[in-house]
Amino acid sequence: MSKNPEFVKFDKVDKSYDGKVLVVKDLQLDIAEGEFITMLGPSGSGKTTCLMMLAGFETPTHGEILLDGNIISNIPPHKRGIGMVFQNYALFPHMTVYENLAFPLRVRKVEKDEIDKKVDKALSMVSLSGFETRMPAQLSGGQQQRVAVARALVFDPAVVLMDEPLGALDKNLRESMQYEIKHIHESIGVTVVYVTHDQSEALTMSNRIAVFNDGKVQQLSNPAELYEKPVNSFVAEFIGENNTFNGEVVDIDKDKCKVKLANSEILANPISVKSKGEKTTVSLRPERALINPTDKMDNMFTGKIEEVIYHGDHTRVRLNLLGSSEFILKVPNSTSNLELKVSQDINIGWNSVDARALDPK
Amino acid sequence: MSSETKQILTTDGIPLEVSLKKAEKKNKIKAFLLVAPLLLFLVITYIFPIGDMFMRSVDDRMVTNMLPKTFKAMEKWENLDELPPEEVYRGFYEDYKLLAENQQHGKLGQRLNKEKNGFNTITKKLFRQIKRKKIDESASLKEQINKLHKRWRDVEYWQAIKRTAPPYTASKYLKGMDMYFAADGSIAQVDEDRRIHRILWLRTLEIAFFVTLFCFFMGYPIAHLLATLPMKYSNLLMICVLLPFWTSLLVRTASWMILLQQQGIVNDFFVMIGLVADDNRPEMMYNKVGTYVAMTQILLPFMVLPLYSVMKTISPSLMRAGKSLGGTPFVAFWKVYFPLTIPGIGAGCLLVFILAIGYYITPALVGGASGTLISNQIAFHMKTTLDWSFASAMGLMLLTGVLVIYWIYNKLVGVDNIKLG
Repeated sequence: MSKNPEFVKFDKVDKSYDGKVLVVKDLQLDIAEGEFITMLGPSGSGKTTCLMMLAGFETPTHGEILLDGNIISNIPPHKRGIGMVFQNYALFPHMTVYENLAFPLRVRKVEKDEIDKKVDKALSMVSLSGFETRMPAQLSGGQQQRVAVARALVFDPAVVLMDEPLGALDKNLRESMQYEIKHIHESIGVTVVYVTHDQSEALTMSNRIAVFNDGKVQQLSNPAELYEKPVNSFVAEFIGENNTFNGEVVDIDKDKCKVKLANSEILANPISVKSKGEKTTVSLRPERALINPTDKMDNMFTGKIEEVIYHGDHTRVRLNLLGSSEFILKVPNSTSNLELKVSQDINIGWNSVDARALDPK
Repeated sequence: MSSETKQILTTDGIPLEVSLKKAEKKNKIKAFLLVAPLLLFLVITYIFPIGDMFMRSVDDRMVTNMLPKTFKAMEKWENLDELPPEEVYRGFYEDYKLLAENQQHGKLGQRLNKEKNGFNTITKKLFRQIKRKKIDESASLKEQINKLHKRWRDVEYWQAIKRTAPPYTASKYLKGMDMYFAADGSIAQVDEDRRIHRILWLRTLEIAFFVTLFCFFMGYPIAHLLATLPMKYSNLLMICVLLPFWTSLLVRTASWMILLQQQGIVNDFFVMIGLVADDNRPEMMYNKVGTYVAMTQILLPFMVLPLYSVMKTISPSLMRAGKSLGGTPFVAFWKVYFPLTIPGIGAGCLLVFILAIGYYITPALVGGASGTLISNQIAFHMKTTLDWSFASAMGLMLLTGVLVIYWIYNKLVGVDNIKLG
């Protein structure tokens, strides 16, 4: 059977809680079967609301949600067969790990032997075999997290929803859990809808990322494209680090435009600008600007170092460049490192194709 | 590391434990001084009165002190089915004469009358004979006293005197359970038509049980609503729940009297909607119904508050998890939510039951004859019959009952599982 590209479909979905403000505006989103899709956005951007509508805890104010071609808006949560991992795990504190995992199977009247088998399998999948008789309170945060994941998967749901599941873990554990969840997804091929506000989490785990802001999907694409080719200044700002220049387009052709800043001009890649005279915000990733470039680059400027911050694997340099003192450079920590000193003048260059002229902020 | 614990020394060479104790001693004294007033207060107002109550309830030294010679002589009274020998009569006569000289004979008459009806008359008769000096102390006292009244010739009366001999007695406790020491010292039941206390105990338990049940069924949904509603509504509801707390108990009971009486608002309403005929208004007060209604309302906050405080801590995502995992709303409630509220249920039920079992004012006002509880009986003996020792005995029985319930509860649920807030 070929994978259904519209396994989960949000069709013109609106959601309002108070009848005055739309939390989700005209959401159109297709999720393919077996896909790992992440809804990423700042808090209040509507991503959790979308998840809750899919799980059945909220009803859309307008529009339909379809699961495998069937409208599910009127199906109560317990009949949707969607697994869910909650922000604070929501493990049942009065049940053992085994009972927690057996719960979805018992309510489905699965036979005892079958339950044992499935629980066993799910626990070994999250490498927690032997923890059956523990109570959730006797587990560490990471272990609780894994039990929650196993519980959401144990009844073989078609879709698993994860609502910021790693938010409560410390940084190292969070990273290892990211890989673990990713591997589980790859090995069993379940469709995962993941909600987070942590962009690095989204970039490492997902097939596709939907960036939410203000109730709308700002950009839906794979992680590389999202980082390399943001389509508007919100996405550019939200994903990764970003140097921006505000200015006005003075000259434009097919793949280049000239942007006039306060007292200089730069060349940029026209993404959202169409004609002369438009205001624009030019976005440039810090790692795309080089110090003393050997190749010929079409943007070459001189800046003064304001601050040097050591980060271990790289050094961050803040420059005063083109009238802005917030220009950041990332210098990899290689052996051939330059001596960087505050108030030293250095030459900076970048290609106009990396400087994306987006909508004005 | 070795498993043996080596004595650890501080840098000055003092053992660590000693040093720690020394350092903490000051804090311990301070802490004790802080609670000392409360401790003293408790001893004076709680522990000491309970001890006093206990002494009062078993104390029976009055007769023992009044009739020393009689009881001494009674040691030689062997065949208890026959009238005692002459020495007993002599001893009793001498004791009684002394009492009569000191104007103490009346008390003895009353006390013996409680033991067996009819003593008052015959002791008074004896007193008059002594006063008129009509008794010849050199002749047989047995014959002379027996001649005074036929009851003196009844061996049961002498047995009754003998029963009062021990300085301590459990008879008050037996009386509280409608039992008494029979003539031969065995424990017997009072006649069926005179067993009032046992009925009262059972009724007290029954009313406390049902009031707890009603409070639970009414309080659980309220507490759930309180815990789940948005703040602005739940605050209002909380005030509604707490309002009775801030109103005098007497006022609340009185308002129930206005509502429930036969010409009251509830009955008027029933008549208005045609539920009952005007000349056939049901009695909802001065019986069990009134006690149930008023006590349930008054004790409801004690159920709602512990339940609320427990429900407040249950994350709403647990119910959602239950539903998303495939449980119907009922299954999610019954398997997930309900078990988590058990500590609150335990605390609420225990609180309401223990308060209900000793309730006094409300049943006294709206209970009538069939709705009064054991505490009303205790009050009756304290204020009307002035039989304080009996009141004390029943009070202690009530206290023991509560402790037993607490113990059973602890075995079943575990006190650690109680959450009062």
